[in-house]
Amino acid sequence: LAPWVPVVGLEIHAQISSNSKLFSGSQVQFAAPPNSLVSFFDASLPGTLPVLNRRCVEAAVMTGLALNCSINKKSLFDRKHYFYADLPAGYQITQQRVPIAVNGSLSYSLCIDSKMSQMVTKTVRIKQIQLEQDSGKSLHDDTRSQTLVDLNRAGVGLMEVVMEPDMCCGEEAAAAVRELQLILQTLGSSQAVMAEGQLRVDANVSVHRPGEPYGVRTEVKNINSIRFLAKAVDYEIQRQIEELENGGTILNETRAFDSKLGCTVPMRDKEGKQDYRFMPEPNLPPLILYDAKSLPANMNHQQVINIDWIHERLPDLPSVKREKLVEQYGILPEHSFALLNEDGLAEFFESVVKQTQMKPKKVIGWILNHLLSYLKQYSLTVKESPISSFLLADLLNLLEKKEISSTAAKQVLAELWKGEGKTPLEIVKEQKLELLQDQKELEQICQAVIDGQENEVIMMVPG
Amino acid sequence: GTLTHGLRSQVSAALKEGRVTPTELCQRCLALIKSTKFLNAYITVAEETALKQAEESEDRYKKGQPLGILDGIPIAVKDNFNTAGIETTCASNMLKGYISPYNATVVQKLLDQGAVLLGKTNLDEFAMGSGSTDGVFGPVRNPWSYSRQYKEKSVPKSHSEDKEFNWVITGGSSGGSAAAVSSFTCFAAIGSDTGGSTRNPAAHCGVVGLKPTYGLISRHGLIPLVNSMDVPGILTRCVDDAAVLLGSLAGHDPKDSTTVQDNFKPFDLPDLTDVSKLSIGIPKEYRAPGLSSEILALWSKAADLFKNAGAKVVEVSLPHTRYSIVCYHVLCTAEVASNMARFDGLEYGHRSDTKESTESMYAATRREGFNDVVRGRILSGNYFLLKQNYEKYFVKAQKVRRLIANDFVEVFRSGVDILLTPTTLSDAAPYLEFIREDNRTRSAQDDILTQAANMAGLPAINVPTALSERGLPVGLQFIGRSFQEQQLLTVAKWFEKQVQFPTIELEEVKRHDNGVFQHQKSASFS
Repeated sequence: LAPWVPVVGLEIHAQISSNSKLFSGSQVQFAAPPNSLVSFFDASLPGTLPVLNRRCVEAAVMTGLALNCSINKKSLFDRKHYFYADLPAGYQITQQRVPIAVNGSLSYSLCIDSKMSQMVTKTVRIKQIQLEQDSGKSLHDDTRSQTLVDLNRAGVGLMEVVMEPDMCCGEEAAAAVRELQLILQTLGSSQAVMAEGQLRVDANVSVHRPGEPYGVRTEVKNINSIRFLAKAVDYEIQRQIEELENGGTILNETRAFDSKLGCTVPMRDKEGKQDYRFMPEPNLPPLILYDAKSLPANMNHQQVINIDWIHERLPDLPSVKREKLVEQYGILPEHSFALLNEDGLAEFFESVVKQTQMKPKKVIGWILNHLLSYLKQYSLTVKESPISSFLLADLLNLLEKKEISSTAAKQVLAELWKGEGKTPLEIVKEQKLELLQDQKELEQICQAVIDGQENEVIMMVPG
Repeated sequence: GTLTHGLRSQVSAALKEGRVTPTELCQRCLALIKSTKFLNAYITVAEETALKQAEESEDRYKKGQPLGILDGIPIAVKDNFNTAGIETTCASNMLKGYISPYNATVVQKLLDQGAVLLGKTNLDEFAMGSGSTDGVFGPVRNPWSYSRQYKEKSVPKSHSEDKEFNWVITGGSSGGSAAAVSSFTCFAAIGSDTGGSTRNPAAHCGVVGLKPTYGLISRHGLIPLVNSMDVPGILTRCVDDAAVLLGSLAGHDPKDSTTVQDNFKPFDLPDLTDVSKLSIGIPKEYRAPGLSSEILALWSKAADLFKNAGAKVVEVSLPHTRYSIVCYHVLCTAEVASNMARFDGLEYGHRSDTKESTESMYAATRREGFNDVVRGRILSGNYFLLKQNYEKYFVKAQKVRRLIANDFVEVFRSGVDILLTPTTLSDAAPYLEFIREDNRTRSAQDDILTQAANMAGLPAINVPTALSERGLPVGLQFIGRSFQEQQLLTVAKWFEKQVQFPTIELEEVKRHDNGVFQHQKSASFS
């Protein structure tokens, strides 16, 4: 019997990095006192109207361009209706009919083996990117039988990125999301920190036999990290395979990932078969974007959004940055991935390279094998590193000039890590780690050693 | 802006010249409101704040620094507009006691120009209705019910019985605003118009009711019925005053993305003398079933008036008129279902005591907070928005709406400047007769002549024309091209001058009249 073919698609909600919300002027801020960032519109006070935030549109256009999408020059807003405590208006404003961007692609890389020595590039199609409102937060207090509602998040701008079911396992899903995260952070369109809810991922998983139509899919929610994403997807694939092999069926349901148990469980059916009764949002005219060709003569880029203007100002995307690093420094592709994977590490590396004579190919080893492992061990970011690029470069220079050995350098590094403000040279002198270059001095030491070990020497000589 | 034309013996001039003070004006209006309480035109009378505003206005006049023509002028606002610090109820249990923290843009503009906000006027609950009879504070009575003109025409059974039972409705849903203007308790009032809600009561109450072009006046702060059709409406005693109000309210509002960006220039209305260059269209489909012979005759007489004055009067066709009721019903209820979804008792307004679950709280709150009319429309609207129905109903209605709008485009393109139609099918019905039919039936009947203008977003105005055989006002409607309010109002003003509609003769007004509510064709403030 042919093996099962797992199919994984993703729906990703990225919170837009902006000062104010998508349709109102209240601030966007993480962990503010409850209900302190709520405008009249966010609270759905009767008579209030949405006003589109330009920055949010720009963020979506940037993201669409970075993901090779077609940007729709005319997109529309819709209302999606359902009742829930965290949705004050009883509907969410989203883009269901015509979203702002469609038909893009995202390339990501995977390691073939665990040693990160061979990478393969994959692509996932981006179905669309749509602008929509985030909901507030509701907390259920079962002891007091009440629900607490915080509307700070209600109305914050989101980009929903829909990835087609081109992925086949947890690892691919994780790698794709990781790459998306890096892209968003590079663009600045979203800070995309999963732990702060700025990036939320729902996975759609199904399995089928080769040649047969796609199986029933389940939606997996409540995934709080990229690591858990891989786990959740793999678990769900396995669960479905086992279920089907035992003669069972897969229900088209929503399941939550339980990170403690490492499994997915059916979610409490809060909505049933929802009919969202989509309707055009009557208070927002169609969103019109321009490019260099269609821009009316009397308008400048401040009055309207010019897609080409934005395109020209896009920063280097991670894939481009990696290529440049490989080309410029002769490092391996895997190295470039590792550099970009850690915030600030690539800049740190480049800074060290500038300040040392050691070849980049050698520097990279020190960065990735030593500095990075220290950072990981102590859960520090590059910014928080007690060793600055200057200090590291200084140390590597000593090594390069053969004033110390590699082993000694590691010792110095350990000492530098303490962050006591000593320079590498000071530590070397303190611990007498200098390499001796003087031939005579070396001979004297060797002789002294040999003299002290007469018996051993006698035993060695005949051979 | 300064209005340099018009009769000098008007209120605004009187204020400037110190012949009357804002405080006196305000006090008289407040007193008149009290003695006409039986009309039930006002839900909230903001006596304290109004007097304070009048005081401040008086200071400005003393210093010779009035803010403009509206400074010190008492105005009433329909109770579906947000007014900071003053209750906004929409005549619904859902918002009883609701004090909004912000002013609607139109309210703010009025206050910024020194107008005195007397209070909030009565309406059908959430503006759903054509009688102003379906609000939780009870129905509004048409001031003309108590006029000498009506009383002398009606056959009294006994004096007291007459007053109690034969009073007629104001029409709706802006009945309170229309009644307030009609009974002289304010000089102008703000209403709203979604399917005729400003023009209909204006016709029944014998006042000018202007529905501006959609997108001209900001809806920010107007609690919506149908977002794609609602407009703030203006009710005044003469067309000139409507132009003044329009001038002070129109213009782009960044808070309302559906307002047009173009700069609006307030205008004065010229005294048109030559109508020979005018082309008046008479849409044959507006000879609707149920149109009273009286109104039909009046409409015809009006057409002749224009013809005899040299204007070109042509019969035109708006072929999709007969689909407008059903189309309106689908689109209106769909938007209502959506707009009412926010009333869940969580953030503001009525909240039921039910503590079982959030869902049960929602259900109970909405059952308790909304009347049958509102709930009926929500149910219908949700039905039309269901996935399996959306194409058949909502999308289809949108397409029909486009056809209805195109009818007007074609007619205006053919050279017609203004359309002349009746505003209502008959004069105001007695309340007891009106309530024999349900709200939906009434709305469907009464909206037929007015709602197409909302579908097409066009400006339209009711001009009081004559008294019916029963001694009640009958108005005629002019519909103009988009954003051509100046032309529309100019023609309306000419017509107003020709017909010389009589002033209402109300006991209560006579008693309070110290020469301020002058016995002229219309006591205006411009």
